[in-house]
Amino acid sequence: MSENKNLIEGATGSWEIVMGLEIHAQVASNAKLFSGAPTEFGAEQNSQVSLVDAALPGMLPVINEECVQQAVRTGLGLGAEIHLRSVFDRKNYFYPDLPQGYQISQFKDPIVGEGEIEIDLKDGSVKRVGIERLHLEQDAGKSVHDQHPSMSFVDLNRSGVALMEIVSKPDMRCAEEAQAYVKKIRSILRYLGTCDGNMEEGSLRADVNVSVRRPGEDLGTRCEIKNVNSIRFIGQAIEYEARRQIDVLEDGGSIDQETRLFDPRAGETRSMRSKEEAHDYRYFPDPDLLPLVIKQELVDKLRDELPELPDEKKARFVREYGLSPYDAGVLVSEKASCDFFEAVADGRDPKLAANWVTGEFFGALNKAGLQIESSPVSAKQLGDLIELISDDTISGRIAKEVFEIMFETGDDPAKIVEEKGLRQVTDLGAIEAAIDEIIAANPDKVEQAKEKPKMVGWFVGQVMKSTGGKANPKSVNELLAEKLGL
Amino acid sequence: MTELTKLTLAEARTKLAAKEITSVELTEAHLAAAKASDKLNAYVTLTPEVALEMAAASDARIAKGEAGPLEGLPLGVKDLFCTNGVRTTACSNILDDFTPTYESTVTANLWADGAVMLGKLNNDEFAMGSSNETSRFGPCVNPWKASDSDANLVPGGSSGGSSAAVAAHLALGATATDTGGSIRQPASFTGTVGMKPTYGRCSRWGTVAFASSLDQAGPITRSVRDAAIMLKSMAGHDEKDTTSVDIDVPDYEAAFTGDIRGLKIGIPKEYRVEGMSDEIEKLWTQGIAWLKSAGAEIVDVSLPHTKYALPAYYIVAPAEASSNLARYDGVRYGLRVHGDDITDMYEKTRAEGFGDEVRRRVLIGTYVLSAGYYDAYYIKAQKIRTLIAQDFKQAYEKVDLLLTPTAPSPAFAIGEKVNDPLSMYLNDVFTVPVNLAGLPGISLPAGLSSNGLPLGLQLIGRTFDEETLLRAAGVLEEAAGFSAEPSIWWTEA
Repeated sequence: MSENKNLIEGATGSWEIVMGLEIHAQVASNAKLFSGAPTEFGAEQNSQVSLVDAALPGMLPVINEECVQQAVRTGLGLGAEIHLRSVFDRKNYFYPDLPQGYQISQFKDPIVGEGEIEIDLKDGSVKRVGIERLHLEQDAGKSVHDQHPSMSFVDLNRSGVALMEIVSKPDMRCAEEAQAYVKKIRSILRYLGTCDGNMEEGSLRADVNVSVRRPGEDLGTRCEIKNVNSIRFIGQAIEYEARRQIDVLEDGGSIDQETRLFDPRAGETRSMRSKEEAHDYRYFPDPDLLPLVIKQELVDKLRDELPELPDEKKARFVREYGLSPYDAGVLVSEKASCDFFEAVADGRDPKLAANWVTGEFFGALNKAGLQIESSPVSAKQLGDLIELISDDTISGRIAKEVFEIMFETGDDPAKIVEEKGLRQVTDLGAIEAAIDEIIAANPDKVEQAKEKPKMVGWFVGQVMKSTGGKANPKSVNELLAEKLGL
Repeated sequence: MTELTKLTLAEARTKLAAKEITSVELTEAHLAAAKASDKLNAYVTLTPEVALEMAAASDARIAKGEAGPLEGLPLGVKDLFCTNGVRTTACSNILDDFTPTYESTVTANLWADGAVMLGKLNNDEFAMGSSNETSRFGPCVNPWKASDSDANLVPGGSSGGSSAAVAAHLALGATATDTGGSIRQPASFTGTVGMKPTYGRCSRWGTVAFASSLDQAGPITRSVRDAAIMLKSMAGHDEKDTTSVDIDVPDYEAAFTGDIRGLKIGIPKEYRVEGMSDEIEKLWTQGIAWLKSAGAEIVDVSLPHTKYALPAYYIVAPAEASSNLARYDGVRYGLRVHGDDITDMYEKTRAEGFGDEVRRRVLIGTYVLSAGYYDAYYIKAQKIRTLIAQDFKQAYEKVDLLLTPTAPSPAFAIGEKVNDPLSMYLNDVFTVPVNLAGLPGISLPAGLSSNGLPLGLQLIGRTFDEETLLRAAGVLEEAAGFSAEPSIWWTEA
């Protein structure tokens, strides 16, 4: 094992954090895992509940094949082993938002086994993180506590929605790695189309297992921080929890294995239940469901149909488009930005497209606080702008002006160029006339330029000024060099 | 008993088809009999309006020549089957007045074939029991009485309402369910025919679950042919139950060739249990003789793991039940007893909603699934289950069917065993292995005990070979010529 550069200094020496994550990802599917009820987010309370989801007497689960295929796709995307036979178990506990009194999950025999992914870190290094398993399970409903003075209500819209629980190996050593891991998983899921990855809507949530130890020693006792729902909170929760554990240990205490909750407002984790209070889930194979058997042919077919995943895309962008690994990494990290880039670059100069997407475009979105999905400038419009640059209709500098207007108005670049008269002057006669006029008016500067060739910059500026910035910079440079005899 | 309620299902079918009688007449006769049967407590919900409406519709279809296979035949339904718009309670307080908005697949199949619903029949609470004494509606009473006592007897369980109603001619036939013997043992106690088909033959969708891997619906009737007729309509693949099997349902009536020459019948020696009464022993020997004289070959076989069946069953069934019954929590439907907080509400609701036997099994089931006990109980029981299935498989390499008694005794008195669960559980000693192995079994009346009570014999078949089972049962029925009827005492004031 390589040396960990992310040690934390305590009062009595350095400590290493060890983390494993359980990510709960809602399967992108039209219907729930074991019923035909719809899964759309934000529907009216209890409007997406079938008899099965409400656990009426005599109701039976029927596996949704699409959810199974999504789990297989995800497993393949994580480079993991697909188990052709898996078993659904019942996880028994009482809770008002769990109508059956048990959650159907996979305990001993999950659908997906071990795999591995690569995460990109800020220092440019790449780290491998092992995947322990992925299994399918049902989500619970939601208890609503703020609608009545003495009663709680239950919304079963989520009850029975399919989740994939992706369990990592305890391979992460700092908050940044955990965050990069979640981002990478989210990115893979989005490329695969198996989960929308939307953490605000709860489509993706993470349980973080944190322990600390002296470097080189055995694993410490871990605490599980439940349901952290943003990448930022994951970082905060880990930092807090590691520091808390170190403080306890350095004070001569010991860590209790327990489940904790992260309170984003206080920025701290709090004990939820101890090991002694932990449920005995009484797992056993669900007798309503036969073991899930999938055919190798299906796995092969799904593998053949897999889309290009972020790592492959990044390599291709570097190889085919000549992008820097950094630019390529930025572009592929989010599927939406990658899709946008590919649409912009399609049939155009990819390097120029990459510069524009990662530079002006992302900058403008950030400044406006917008997501790519709500961008006022479409990929086609940005592509059109890049074509105007490439065919010398406008200069790069003018293009930035045009882009600003596009971003404000949503207008097409060609229209803006026409209306504002921004078309680049490529008529050499017109440029020559402008140069001659400036030379004639500034004989002293001409003399200086002969001594000091850098002075040509001043002339370029003057020409641009007199042409309203529309003169083709290349032509201006060439003509000036000739006229000034440089 | 009127001429109309004397008819078997098959006879009534013939008369309806010949337009000698109408479904409304037939239904009215059964409703009248049912209404006069309060002392039996067989029906927990009588649905005369529904019945007469369905009967009239059947008569209209018969008139138009559009009759289905069960057209106009009035049946009773065990209260474990959910019936659309009709209270369904599993005879438990916890379901209160729960009225489903859906119809179980099995009953929907019956109605689609033209059958008429008379009402819902008593059973042990959640089908847990062998005497129909654990029902929230009180015990169902066997129409039979011993010649030497006036004591009210149990009709067997859990499908006691079904067996009593059929034996007392309060329905032409009834649906029932069998998890460890709940169709066959009540049939044996009431002189009726009870058939549990192969696991997966009938859909479990819409039937209140007891133990999902064992529960199977089947008919209780007054003849083997009637059982075949009913099963044909009840059975079939259902996409809503993935444990139901996608195999065509054969025409079971075609199985009655009356010819069992060369058929090999196994006699499992392990069923000759210690303390078995002479009359059961005698009945079994008689059954062997009948089959032999009909041309069957009798073969001694061994099912070595039989003695572990009952203990394994009383682990697997309660384990599944403890989980299946978790949904009855007072949150969404059925009984709710308010509490200080959610845990208090759960505890009060379930304490008031579940009877002693159900609570006992939920406790056992919870215990055997608990961390630290799971391997010793549940896993071990599953292993035994596999061994029992292998026993049968090996036996069926040598024989086509097995013949055993259905129950170790005739019907016993109400109250006699209710406080002795172990003795109660022993009632299922011959029937439970069949459920554990998922095989089809049928009980038919074969004789009377010394004090005049019916006794049943059980035939056990190969998986999905209900046809051979029915063929041999038909021959055995013919040979036994059982024609005794209980004397009608329950209509007296």
